[in-house]
Amino acid sequence: MPYRHTVGPRTHVFADLATLMAKATPIRSGDCLAGIAAESAEENMAARWCLADVPLKEILARPLIPYEDDDVTRLILDDHDEAAFADIAHLTVGDFREFLLTATSETLARIAPGVTPEIAAAVSKIMRNQDLILVARKCRVVTKFRNTIGLPGTLAVRLQPNHPTDDPAGVTASILDGLSYGCGDAVIGINPVSDSIQTMAGLLRLFDGIIDRLEIPTQACVLTHVTTTLDAMNRGLPVDLVFQSIAGTQKANASFGVTLPILKEAHEAALALKRGSLGDNVMYFETGQGSALSADAHHGIDQQTLEARAYAVARRYRPLLVNTVVGFIGPEYLYDGKEIIRAGLEDHFCGKLMGVPLGVDVCYTNHAEADQDDMDTLLTLLGAAGCTYVMGIPGADDVMLNYQSTSFHDQLYIREVLGLKRAPEFEEWLARIGLTDATGTLLPGNAASRLISVAPELAA
Amino acid sequence: MIGDTDDLWRRLGALTPARIGLGRAGAGLPTREVLKFGLAHAQARDAVHTAMDAAEVAAEIEALGLPTVTVTSRAEDRATYLRRPDYGRRLSPEGRTSLAEATHESVDLALVVADGLSARAVHEGAAAMLRAFKPHADNAGWRLAPVVIATQARVALGDEAAEALRARAVAVVIGERPGLSSPDSLGLYVTFDPKVGRSDAERNCISNVRPAGLSHDLAAFKLNWLLTQAFSRGLTGVGLKDESDRLIEAADSPEALAPPS
Repeated sequence: MPYRHTVGPRTHVFADLATLMAKATPIRSGDCLAGIAAESAEENMAARWCLADVPLKEILARPLIPYEDDDVTRLILDDHDEAAFADIAHLTVGDFREFLLTATSETLARIAPGVTPEIAAAVSKIMRNQDLILVARKCRVVTKFRNTIGLPGTLAVRLQPNHPTDDPAGVTASILDGLSYGCGDAVIGINPVSDSIQTMAGLLRLFDGIIDRLEIPTQACVLTHVTTTLDAMNRGLPVDLVFQSIAGTQKANASFGVTLPILKEAHEAALALKRGSLGDNVMYFETGQGSALSADAHHGIDQQTLEARAYAVARRYRPLLVNTVVGFIGPEYLYDGKEIIRAGLEDHFCGKLMGVPLGVDVCYTNHAEADQDDMDTLLTLLGAAGCTYVMGIPGADDVMLNYQSTSFHDQLYIREVLGLKRAPEFEEWLARIGLTDATGTLLPGNAASRLISVAPELAA
Repeated sequence: MIGDTDDLWRRLGALTPARIGLGRAGAGLPTREVLKFGLAHAQARDAVHTAMDAAEVAAEIEALGLPTVTVTSRAEDRATYLRRPDYGRRLSPEGRTSLAEATHESVDLALVVADGLSARAVHEGAAAMLRAFKPHADNAGWRLAPVVIATQARVALGDEAAEALRARAVAVVIGERPGLSSPDSLGLYVTFDPKVGRSDAERNCISNVRPAGLSHDLAAFKLNWLLTQAFSRGLTGVGLKDESDRLIEAADSPEALAPPS
């Protein structure tokens, strides 16, 4: 059934819900590349007016990809919590926006299992950046492994010690640098160059040794393909978190070489290891707008809605961490700083509304129309929005993946400006070993020397 | 103590190209580091946005004794190129015509030099790369098409170019997406039986070809190895693993890298 909206003498017609949602999306290069974006500014706004009148029940009743054709659609509908949905079942998309602006944290937590990705994406399309920040800030998503991630007033950091040849000494140098700035409570997580089990084994043992020797209340992750991590677990290697890149359609996931049964198998294997001292959130997922189009697996659906569908996949496996790698994919999907900033806020909002612990890799490539000033802006907005975690990369320059993200210094900036704390267990550890004072502020002096005095073999 | 600290960071800093041990001014970076980062980003941006001087590149390559033909993709400018990867993968109609007219019989290999995302990498390295590779091609006796110089071009444009030139294989020498510390990096992509619609899984890639990375001589050696394998096995891509390193490791004399005589 087509949707219609009349503006003065013109009636805008949208063939179906997928078309309506695509046309209502704030303009971005990826939807233009797919040929599904609004063709005029007025059509863009007409679609938003029209979308605001669509009942949430109707979105639930009209899957964008048929149930029979796609296992992500099946997951979304099979996992849908009718009781949680009851509170919002009577609302239109426009009403839902107003409901969210006035809802308490308790209400948002209660409805989260009833919010499908399509509902989250739809409402986000008619929300301004300030709405996305204000509502996300009220969402509480707390996860645990060896520390507590996501408490109000905190921001965690993934310490990302990437190295162009996976050299253990070079990786250790970056870890020492990051720890000395108080980074690493979300995870110490590396993108290895090599996907080989030998490389993975070496890095897992290295990280396990550092966490054990320095008694750091955190977790490690080597970000390889889930099947390599399964292999590592089968070999008895010390795996804390299982990583995988995921997307919002079955076909896009297939392009990553991943299926829902493989994720289930890996999730169960990691749970069985019982390596988390405080909790059993053992999964780490990465996502990003544009991945489905890039895999020719988008089904005519806009990239932001598909991104939210990836969070439904993540939600099933109760992850410790999920992050959108927002500006990594390139300008053909998000062209400039404005598009990257908007997408980062949308992704964070949709994830949090669905009850997923969303962090953001605030980042860009050198062929995007963006720079570090845009990253400062997005980081500041995400800090205000209560983002779960960001990346900490030496000098913001990833020398392995060739892109720019946020640095050890950037997290100090956002803590100072917004008063954000680290995970409490990690914050206590920093004070105990003498790197910070009781308020979590870094003490002057050479922090790396202090770390090395605890574990001299790390500098060997 | 200050001396010890400096010494520690000098030692750690030598272990990784990552920007560690930068120091701080409160929560911020020291001014020196802010400016160094800004300069590196400026160079990477310039690498992306500088237009390739196709005439100069063609002249350098013709000086090697290799004829050239210059074409453009369907992306008319840089902004279009960045938003529309599909346009950058296809020849302009004029380009298609000039390639069809450039040869009269089929050849073994088409060489394509493309600006990609770094004209600087092409300006500084493409002719030197072909100079290093030419002795391998001469020795193998491969029949070469004129070298295609392509602007606003992505890797897959090589497929259509090679199809028009009736080549059995194509090697694309292209400016890679610049990293903050690598604005001058070339990538080499080899595709057997090139035609429009080939996927990236059907190619082999040699990346990070630049003075601080993989040398032209070593890249030429690898390119020759991949092409030789591609012609003998009739494929490129995931079915062909680059095992040229074994050859290099097996022979521990530098002559192993020289073109076979």
